[in-house]
Amino acid sequence: MLAKRIIPCLDVRDGKVVKGVQFRNHEIIGDIVPLAERYAQAGADELVFYDITASSDKRVVDKSWVSRIAQVIDIPFCVAGGIKSVEDAGRILEMGADKISINSPALTNPDLINQLHDVYGQQCVVIGIDSFYNEQNDRYEVYKFTGDESRTQQTRWQTVEWIKEVQSRGAGEIVLNCMNQDGVRQGYDVRQLTAVREACQIPLIASGGAGAIEHFRAVFEQADVDGALAASVFHKGIIDMQELKEYLSAAGIPMRKAHLRNKD
Amino acid sequence: MSQRIVIVNTGCANISSVRFALERLGVTVEVSDQDSVIKAADKVFLPGVGTASAAMQSIHTKKLGATLQSLTQPVLGVCLGMQMMVQSSAESKMGDIDCLGLMPGQVKRLQANGQRLPHMGWNTVTSTGDNPLFAGIADHTYFYFVHSFAVPVYEDTLASCEYGQPFSAAIGHNNFYGVQFHPERSGDAGAQLLTNFVNL
Repeated sequence: MLAKRIIPCLDVRDGKVVKGVQFRNHEIIGDIVPLAERYAQAGADELVFYDITASSDKRVVDKSWVSRIAQVIDIPFCVAGGIKSVEDAGRILEMGADKISINSPALTNPDLINQLHDVYGQQCVVIGIDSFYNEQNDRYEVYKFTGDESRTQQTRWQTVEWIKEVQSRGAGEIVLNCMNQDGVRQGYDVRQLTAVREACQIPLIASGGAGAIEHFRAVFEQADVDGALAASVFHKGIIDMQELKEYLSAAGIPMRKAHLRNKD
Repeated sequence: MSQRIVIVNTGCANISSVRFALERLGVTVEVSDQDSVIKAADKVFLPGVGTASAAMQSIHTKKLGATLQSLTQPVLGVCLGMQMMVQSSAESKMGDIDCLGLMPGQVKRLQANGQRLPHMGWNTVTSTGDNPLFAGIADHTYFYFVHSFAVPVYEDTLASCEYGQPFSAAIGHNNFYGVQFHPERSGDAGAQLLTNFVNL
């Protein structure tokens, strides 16, 4: 039976893992390779690396860390951030990433999704969507450039419509980041994820809001997502990966059990 | 004596991942699209991701079809590399396309019975009988899959997986082996399988 996936997300700047408060004052929390290795060994099913290195100052962003991760990591990983063209994506994939995730560039140029699908295949095309619940009109609205407060803007898309659009263009997976819940650790936005699940025929990954192990159970059981992404609960040691997976497994949610290798 | 392990340079994106996985096992590997290098190898890997039509096109452009068909040493196809080993694939805009025909079999679209495609993530694999490729790997071991097309279960199936329907997770015929999952991304289970193949 296909297991549900637990996916730690690491923010990377200049090849280091960082954590920040509202996109400012980033503090280096460690070297990327040992941290990635630690998560893989702890039982993560997949990793996402979100490169927040500013590319606005026109310098070429050093992505050699992708290759260093690919050398040591034996689980799949996805690279997000700063991928604006088929060439950008190709470089990341050739360095050993399994998937690339694009967000704002897909909104600016939706045809990029078709191009990535045709050149590299559906399996590596992940679309990140930043979705905000607007209480005033009771709608879920797609935002772009959310990595930089001064540039963040609402798009013309409602979330379900954008999900349908990216699927028709060849996306292989969607990571739905629910902005209202992001960073507050009050639980995933189960209501929103449930609402979009029916429209989403490809794998759907929940992002934003994980704060306790019960939140993972709720999002798998109620919203039927394929994976759950989280950052701070793992980085801060609030949730232990193995404990989480044992809890979910006991609750009847299919979790991968590690193969015990004969070391001979 | 150290073996000559060659990864066929199909021009696909997961070549680095397969090379790194083998290097983690401590073996040296060479990536090549040269007929003489591939033929002289002790073990050959045929990786692939993307679509069958694009990958077959790349093989034809590099004139590697006859090279691969002539091989008598153990060859392991991974994911799309495995799909290219059989006779034909339905993964094309123009109907079925010819594959390498290294072994019988056809690639069909997964009939997932309402489950979502692509089939992406960790799923359990069970071998159909004793096979050195799965030595030390228990039934229901998890491997990492990403695909929408598959070879149905048939006489050359070495291991099966289920997603809406049973399909071939691994196939084998004479010296040719193929796995639908990604051993290079399947943790310790994948490392065990790669070790088993290298030791064949």
